[in-house]
Amino acid sequence: MVEFNLPANSKVGVGKTINAASGAKRAKTFKIYRWSPDDGQNPRVDTYVVDLDKFGPMILDAIIYIKNNIDSTLTFRRSCREGICGSCAMNIDGTNTLACLKAIEEVKGDVKIYPLPHMPVVKDLVPDLKHIYAQLASIKPWLQSQSPAPSRERLQSPEDRAKLDGLYECILCFCCSTSCPSYWWNGDRYLGPSILLQAYRWIVDSRDEMTGERLDNLEDPFRLYRCHTIMNCTKACPKGLNPAKAIAEIKKLMVQRR
Amino acid sequence: MASNSKTLRSPLQIARGLGSAKHGTEHWWHQRVTAIALVPLTIWFVFGVIRHLGADHAAFVAWLESPFSALMMVLTAVVTFHHAQAGLQVVIEDYVHNEMAKILSILAVKALCFVLGAACVIAVLKISFGA
Repeated sequence: MVEFNLPANSKVGVGKTINAASGAKRAKTFKIYRWSPDDGQNPRVDTYVVDLDKFGPMILDAIIYIKNNIDSTLTFRRSCREGICGSCAMNIDGTNTLACLKAIEEVKGDVKIYPLPHMPVVKDLVPDLKHIYAQLASIKPWLQSQSPAPSRERLQSPEDRAKLDGLYECILCFCCSTSCPSYWWNGDRYLGPSILLQAYRWIVDSRDEMTGERLDNLEDPFRLYRCHTIMNCTKACPKGLNPAKAIAEIKKLMVQRR
Repeated sequence: MASNSKTLRSPLQIARGLGSAKHGTEHWWHQRVTAIALVPLTIWFVFGVIRHLGADHAAFVAWLESPFSALMMVLTAVVTFHHAQAGLQVVIEDYVHNEMAKILSILAVKALCFVLGAACVIAVLKISFGA
């Protein structure tokens, strides 16, 4: 029934403290979640005190500095450092966001960094995303058509193209899905805001001819209707998109086609 | 056992699961419609009760006896319990993850709502028709 016992590794201990800011004019404390699958230990929070004058202004600059200069075992994903790859999504100061887009000075006090909530952890700040990637694959996020392939581009009116604005910008960082309580409790079956936004991106695409099948595939008490308009998704999105609205549009189409 | 059965399946097999139920829109739409219907019904009910604060049993019965009050009271009871069972079903589906416990608690909630709704309707009809 309702689970009262916390799962394994839920108890997070206090880890080591490394002060690397002796003589610093601007010292800042970073408290970072650490867990390794290799040592059989519970997770811990390590504390690093660093000199802000040694690196750039973003959270990602800080953790790259820590990895390069203080503790090379610190593990996290990052790639583009400009908010377009979605790799460095993590929970910073209590909010899911991209480390590369979050300025250190936006955080008052100590900077607390955890992996994206409620996902299995591979190591430290690296969440296991294979289930959510499989959910993305399950909605077939590519253009599907019935009519024979044209000999030139598939044309789209400017008005129809405008319907994709606010959807195509999604970088699949999963800040939204992992901020959604409904996805936490029922993520095995609920697709979550990021995947539903992707689904809507293809449902609303005027060139796609499988709209009905796409809606069929979503019409399910768990896949779609676990959304209770909590709106954490829209609040979390580091790209300023509105997954909650995309889900509402899907629900409207479901009623419209009855 | 369970973990092994899960690790040997492909992530896509797990994500696709038993497929889409092709169902749920009706439930969602009914919940919305009953919620809107409850706005005027609840206002009528609350004001009706407030108007009879301190009134004796006879005055209350006289109020419920009128065809309009009886109609509104029956609608309020039916819509309230329909909305309640729909909403409670969603809450149970959200939080109860044991399949057997989930089905049993949903059935129990629906039975309770159905019985309470029917009892309300019978009570109103009895007063209205003075059986």
